[in-house]
Amino acid sequence: MTGATLLYLDGVTVSFDGFKALNALSLVLEPGEMRAVIGPNGAGKTTMMDVITGRTKPDTGRVVYGENSDLTRLDEPAIARLGIGRKFQRPTVFEPLTVHDNLMLALAGDRNPWFALWARETPSERARLDELLTTIRLVDDRDRPAADLSHGQKQWLEIGMLLAQDPRLLLVDEPVAGMSDAETEETADLLREINRTRSVVVVEHDMAFVRALGVKVTVLHEGSVLAEGSIDRIQDDPRVIEVYLGR
Amino acid sequence: MRAERLTVVTLGCVLGGAVLLAALNLLTAPASDLHAPNFVISLVGKYLCYAILALAIDLVWGYAGILTLGHGAFFALGGYAMGMYLMRQIGVRGVYANPTLPDFMVFIGWNKLPWYWYGFDHFWFAVAMAMLVPGILAFAFGWFAFRSRVSGVYLSIITQALTYALMLAFFRNDMGFGGNNGMTDFKEILGFPLNRETTSVGLMLITALVLSAAFVLTHAMTGSRFGKVLIAVRDTESRTRFLGYRPESYKLVVWLASAMIAGIGGALYVPQVGIINPSEFAPGNSIEAVIWVAVGGRGTLAGAVLGAILVNLAKTMLTSALPEVWLFAIGALFILVTLFLPRGIMGLFTTCLPAVVPEATPDAVPGIAAAKSAASEIAG
Repeated sequence: MTGATLLYLDGVTVSFDGFKALNALSLVLEPGEMRAVIGPNGAGKTTMMDVITGRTKPDTGRVVYGENSDLTRLDEPAIARLGIGRKFQRPTVFEPLTVHDNLMLALAGDRNPWFALWARETPSERARLDELLTTIRLVDDRDRPAADLSHGQKQWLEIGMLLAQDPRLLLVDEPVAGMSDAETEETADLLREINRTRSVVVVEHDMAFVRALGVKVTVLHEGSVLAEGSIDRIQDDPRVIEVYLGR
Repeated sequence: MRAERLTVVTLGCVLGGAVLLAALNLLTAPASDLHAPNFVISLVGKYLCYAILALAIDLVWGYAGILTLGHGAFFALGGYAMGMYLMRQIGVRGVYANPTLPDFMVFIGWNKLPWYWYGFDHFWFAVAMAMLVPGILAFAFGWFAFRSRVSGVYLSIITQALTYALMLAFFRNDMGFGGNNGMTDFKEILGFPLNRETTSVGLMLITALVLSAAFVLTHAMTGSRFGKVLIAVRDTESRTRFLGYRPESYKLVVWLASAMIAGIGGALYVPQVGIINPSEFAPGNSIEAVIWVAVGGRGTLAGAVLGAILVNLAKTMLTSALPEVWLFAIGALFILVTLFLPRGIMGLFTTCLPAVVPEATPDAVPGIAAAKSAASEIAG
């Protein structure tokens, strides 16, 4: 099993003041896979993302990424540098900086302050930025401050920044919250496009969106995995129905 | 574009103004209406030192979001380093005519120069220490504070505590820095008598040059990729972590640079005002310096210089007319600026002036148009 998996959460437990946000959660992600994670509020979806990205340290359990790195020993920047990108629910871009500078800072490369003091944009960086600006349809806005962009454009810019990071694994938190049906569909297309070259974990509430993605689904409940499988199997699972509809 | 123009204007004002004043002092007769009296020269020299301090504060507050309420400590430490050199220059001209020991040490009965006074008979050593001592203190402070993710008001409070603690320490006679009297009665710097007017003109011009150099340096830092990361850290620190940046190391570098710039400001200040004592560490001084930056416009560099000079000019005029009113005036000024001019005086300029950069249209950018037609040709 080891070597073939990209991400392996092994019995991860996180408790906040006695409340177990994650309870011996185990989860395996194959390289190139896209996985949807669903679950009711408080099921531990966001805590799981926090553990993977190093924001929260688990009480017990390991997070194995790639060959042999245990992510629980690393902090956020170290994990980001290993190629794990995270998209937050609300678009978070650097508002006073231009679109170009936002992408520039995200671009994979040396993160040392001493390097940044002397860094000049290289031709290959310039080419990569042009490519990204085209992908996210912001070529004409490259010199505008990100603060001037519309909500949708900010979402695209943040996705551009994630692509600039060139991650192997992308964690996406509720990407379609507050989106219209058309935008939801477009986002599903975009994620599928990204998934061609990278692994993706999507946390989502919206069942229609998860169905549109058409990928393996993991249902979390009270901090551990309740069910796993295709969306059809999940929706017929009596335990899932109980959690979502029962009581 | 505008930032570049602003830099040139600021540099021109500082250097041109300093040279003009020097000329008006040296080349005109004292009776002439155009004559710049000596007290004006030393006042301007003092303002320029404050402007260096303001620049240092703007670098950390304006660009990295670190609201320092203790930067006066770095300024005062730089001042003490220079004061120690100036004390050693007095030599046998002191009251006790001791060739090595400063008067205050003889007075408290010391008969040997403490080890930490060694080397201060050399000018270069004192200048190096004026940067190194604030630098080392800032590094130690920043290392612990930024690594343990202390930020916001908590960080401001401990910077305030830092300068207050130093003030109490420097008040003690057995620290060997002159206790509450500090150091004064300086005679000469590098052989130039401090009471000669050409010396004060020279010091004022050097201060203007150092201020310009500090301005160019901070401008280059904030305009680089480093400066953009700082702005990102200032506004959305957690996001920079998920991009793989370590905000604490960026803060540490800028904090260190800022402390050293403040130290140089202090070193230039002491020979021009002729005294350094522990009251320079008073928390109120540091807070006043933050107000200069707020008035001028935080995060603009030029605004820090402008604010420091204008507020201190107002202080000089007001304290000579109505001394007891000053504290109320600066308090009111701070409240008014915070409420009505959140971007300071520089904010007035940028909101009143029309935008310099015109909206780019596809036709105006031939490169993109050409790329588009090329792309459609290939596709076709």
